[in-house]
Amino acid sequence: MIPPRFHYHAPATLDAALSLLNDYGPEARVLAGGQSLIPLMKLQLAAPAHIVDINRIPGLDAITEENGTLHIGSLTREAALEASETVRAGYAILHDTAAVIADPLVRNMATVGGNLAHGDPANDHPATMVALGAQVVARSAAGERVIPVADFFEGPLATALGPGEILTGIQVPQPPAGSGGAYLKLERKVGDYATAGVAVFLTVNDGVCQQAGIGLTNAGPVPVKAASAENFLAGQRLTEETIREAARLAAQEAQPSADLRGSADYKRDMVRVLTGRAIRQALERVG
Amino acid sequence: MTTEASQPAMVSIRVTLNGTEQEASVEPRLLLVHFIRETLNLTGTHIGCDTTHCGACTILLDGTPVKSCTIFAVQADGREITTVEGLAAGGVLHPIQAAFTEEHGLQCGFCTPGMMLTGVAFLENNPDPSEAEIRRAISGNLCRCTGYVNIIKAYQSAAAKLRERGA
Ligand SMILES: Cc1cc2nc3c(=O)[nH]c(=O)nc-3n(C[C@H](O)[C@H](O)[C@H](O)COP(=O)(O)OP(=O)(O)OC[C@H]3O[C@@H](n4cnc5c(N)ncnc54)[C@H](O)[C@@H]3O)c2cc1C
Ligand code: FES
Ligand code: FES
Repeated sequence: MIPPRFHYHAPATLDAALSLLNDYGPEARVLAGGQSLIPLMKLQLAAPAHIVDINRIPGLDAITEENGTLHIGSLTREAALEASETVRAGYAILHDTAAVIADPLVRNMATVGGNLAHGDPANDHPATMVALGAQVVARSAAGERVIPVADFFEGPLATALGPGEILTGIQVPQPPAGSGGAYLKLERKVGDYATAGVAVFLTVNDGVCQQAGIGLTNAGPVPVKAASAENFLAGQRLTEETIREAARLAAQEAQPSADLRGSADYKRDMVRVLTGRAIRQALERVG
Repeated sequence: MTTEASQPAMVSIRVTLNGTEQEASVEPRLLLVHFIRETLNLTGTHIGCDTTHCGACTILLDGTPVKSCTIFAVQADGREITTVEGLAAGGVLHPIQAAFTEEHGLQCGFCTPGMMLTGVAFLENNPDPSEAEIRRAISGNLCRCTGYVNIIKAYQSAAAKLRERGA
């Protein structure tokens, strides 16, 4: 499978990349890990006239924690996120997510920024970022803006990013005391997209849920924020009964479509099962 | 800016392939696996699926195993590539090659170059892995013949050989 022809640019600075994107507008595409874009090009489903390879721009792949925020550079490879001690120690839900994306070889290339920018509701990071209440940082020649992840996804493969914008990083609020999270994914085999995936992030005080974030993977045209389940949990004592009710509400919010992975009813029920399990696991991790 | 009419310029790249510098002028759309197989004439790197699933095309890029069917050759400019042809040194098999031979870690051999390159990088970071860790490490490399049992044995044997060599 031979990809269509394109002009190749490998700028050494972010400013140079932004200026190229500004010049070429919708004819240009950013190349990050390439693990979604190149397969699409091989299938002739994408044919950008210009490719702006951002891999030679230094400083876009750092993971740092400061002023109550975890900053994940957009070029952070999934393998690096999975190996990060900061992430393992303080953000178990992000570690869970990186570990189930694709396979180890794809994870050596695929980037966290690309996972969001691709705008595929089947990708795993969006649900986790929704649960964590993360924000996306986007730069263009005109300046920088910060977009709450809940407003970022607009449709299948469509995001709030404009043609001249580069996603430079993701900001995750540092978990308050009493928080725990988990991401659970049902997949047919390694490297498959989720049959269903559920991200749960809880803040708990004395057995009472203060705040809940719940995101669903592959359960609709965009990543789903299970708001009714989140709202139900806030202020509730976490018991088997309230956990089951939250799981039922999350399943109601899922709008999966039938495909090779199963019927819509089956997938919705898997959302219910995984939500219950993810809440229990998040609770166990509350620290 | 409309540019459809203009043919994309060829890009000149320089890579270190198995320790030797190579220079070439390539079309930007040329995939790294085609560059290795067709421009550099090294056919040990296989193409199995061409859809980023099988890992038959695995090579080491600056020491990291990646699928060369899903990288453009231009992205490798200035970097080091190791293919299966670069494993043996001075006519002596690399410990992982010796281990695959001794443990019958292959049948048809199609997945083997990729399996071994994934193994070289994995064992460097994890010299004494558990079976579960090995299974996870090879989960991006598919084998349609062996059922993986002897591949795992070969990884364990290679790990022991490498530890001995390092000791
Ligand atoms: C076999 C296989 C299995 C996979 N399984 C999974 C899975 O289980 N779960 C999962 O979540 N993903 C999976 N993926 C997808 C993989 O994680 C993707 O690579 C990832 O979603 C996109 O990241 P990337 O860095 O490769 O982006 P690219 O392929 O480089 O880019 C994807 C899109 O995002 C845009 N883009 C990328 N980065 C930026 C940026 N910084 N700013 C602006 N735009 C940008 C590009 O222009 C392009 O349109 C799989 C991929 C493969 C090949
Ligand atoms: S040929 Fe590259 S992954 Fe199968
Ligand atoms: S030995 Fe035949 S595919 Fe692995």
